[in-house]
Amino acid sequence: MTSLATRSVTAGYGDRVALRDADLELRSGELVAVVGPNGAGKSTLIRVLAGLLRPRSGAVSLDGIDLRGLDRGQIARRIAVVPQVFDTLFPFSVREVVGLGRTARLGILGRASAADRAAVARAMRELDLDSLGTRPIDALSGGERQRALLAMALAQESDVLLLDEPTAHLDPAHQLATLDLLRRLAAERGLVVVAVLHDLNLASALASRVVVVAGGRVVSDGPPARIVNEELVRSVFGARLAVLPGDPPFVLPRVGGR
Amino acid sequence: MRTAVVFGVLLCCVAVSVIVGALVGAVPLGPGEVLGAIGGHGDPGTLAIVRDLRLPRVVGAALIGGALAVAGTLLQGLLRNPLADPYVTGTSAGASLGAVATIAIGATAPFVLPFGAFAGAILAVAVTWRLAALGGRTTVLTVLLGGVVLSSFAGALLTFLIVASDRVVPRLRAVIGWLLGGVSVLDSSELLVAGLVIGAGAVVAIALAPRLDAFAFGEETAATLGVDVDRTATVVLVTTAVLTAAAVALGGVIGFVGLVVPHALRPLVGALHRRLVPAAFLAGAATLVLADAGARSVLAPSELPVGVITGAVGGPFFLALLLREQRRMRV
Repeated sequence: MTSLATRSVTAGYGDRVALRDADLELRSGELVAVVGPNGAGKSTLIRVLAGLLRPRSGAVSLDGIDLRGLDRGQIARRIAVVPQVFDTLFPFSVREVVGLGRTARLGILGRASAADRAAVARAMRELDLDSLGTRPIDALSGGERQRALLAMALAQESDVLLLDEPTAHLDPAHQLATLDLLRRLAAERGLVVVAVLHDLNLASALASRVVVVAGGRVVSDGPPARIVNEELVRSVFGARLAVLPGDPPFVLPRVGGR
Repeated sequence: MRTAVVFGVLLCCVAVSVIVGALVGAVPLGPGEVLGAIGGHGDPGTLAIVRDLRLPRVVGAALIGGALAVAGTLLQGLLRNPLADPYVTGTSAGASLGAVATIAIGATAPFVLPFGAFAGAILAVAVTWRLAALGGRTTVLTVLLGGVVLSSFAGALLTFLIVASDRVVPRLRAVIGWLLGGVSVLDSSELLVAGLVIGAGAVVAIALAPRLDAFAFGEETAATLGVDVDRTATVVLVTTAVLTAAAVALGGVIGFVGLVVPHALRPLVGALHRRLVPAAFLAGAATLVLADAGARSVLAPSELPVGVITGAVGGPFFLALLLREQRRMRV
């Protein structure tokens, strides 16, 4: 059982506070969707959970151990992050990019072990990248690159997987496939999966828990059927959207003032 | 398999360049005589020419070329910028300023000049790194602009020292010749020390390879992959400064080797640094040995600074690479 928790975490950049008093406990087997308007503090939450941004106050703990007490290698073996930036000016092949996920586990001479190769092969298979292995990453479409970076994170074989808008560059089929994979990783392998999502319907359909962030605060947290409703959509997103209640609830636009 | 072929070809290039380098000179010698002399056979005159005059120079050129190419590879990897190298980032300019400063203050103890070069180089890479990190993320533009500023600034101070220092003026010709990039005949103790320093730098660079790879998607991703970004950056920058300082102390400011060599190799050996770094060392060595042979033969019996050859060949070559890159990006 893995548990990643924040205790009254406040964090920000320079003078700006981007996240205030966040209390969350994320557990094995959960696919947690973090939703909220632009600039709400969602990415800050991911960066704090990854140990990339130190909280000004409060603490983040992994199985009860404060992240500040762990070095980057120790964190990377437990927590993987799928990056948002995925351009590189160098011709890394897809297989080499996925192999970067093993950086924290390589021996002193940087040679890949059988376990490293197996982890890379499995991650590539799971993201349907086998036919693209030797292609340079910069020759791929945006969606293919995103899958390669997700495979890189999976190759880390971590207990926690953090994703900032993992479906941003994907077509609907790959959005669904990716989120379904995340759901299975949580359910079958007991990973803690936390993903920032914009599509409330995808979040409702596939996440087991929705965390709503607005104005730097966690304003709502629970199963989608309880959390996603018209009042939330109006108060948090300031949008006139209709929500059909159910499990999962369904969000659709109101057009022409109806 | 392909990697093995590329490394085989590179090793052959180094061997051929050494033989060509040893063939060029005032006294005409045949390949057979040169090979024999390298192996220790032949008449004493030929042996002296090849082993005491030409080979030290060839080995010096190989070390300089290898050091610059590895330094360029390190800077490009760390800054995720294929246009970075010791020359364009101003590291070489910093090293030459440090070296000339030791002459200007009259320090003559052995190895003071390389230490001056190292001090200048480390200062320059530190400034480059700070500039690159401005605004939170490394951009191609700030690094290059920073390099322009740094080079101009170091150049201004250098010119001031050359004109104003009583100690530099008498050695003006030698200092200018060295600044323009010239491999001089080295004595064996100098060569041995340089070889040890550059060899150590290259070994550290190879050990850094997996961590440099992790920088491909930026510092933050490198951190999430398990790399201690600050510590790795420090080691990379110090190694770059050591390699650049050693190269500058041996041969002055030589442009384009550090820039072009890694760039030309990536399509052949890929982007992974554990292959790129050793390949860059071999290719850089062969390149500079040949460039030095060219510098000695174009206007024979007088010599051109080798920087003239690397600039004249490397500039258009780099432009061609840029154009090819442009076309590839458009497709």
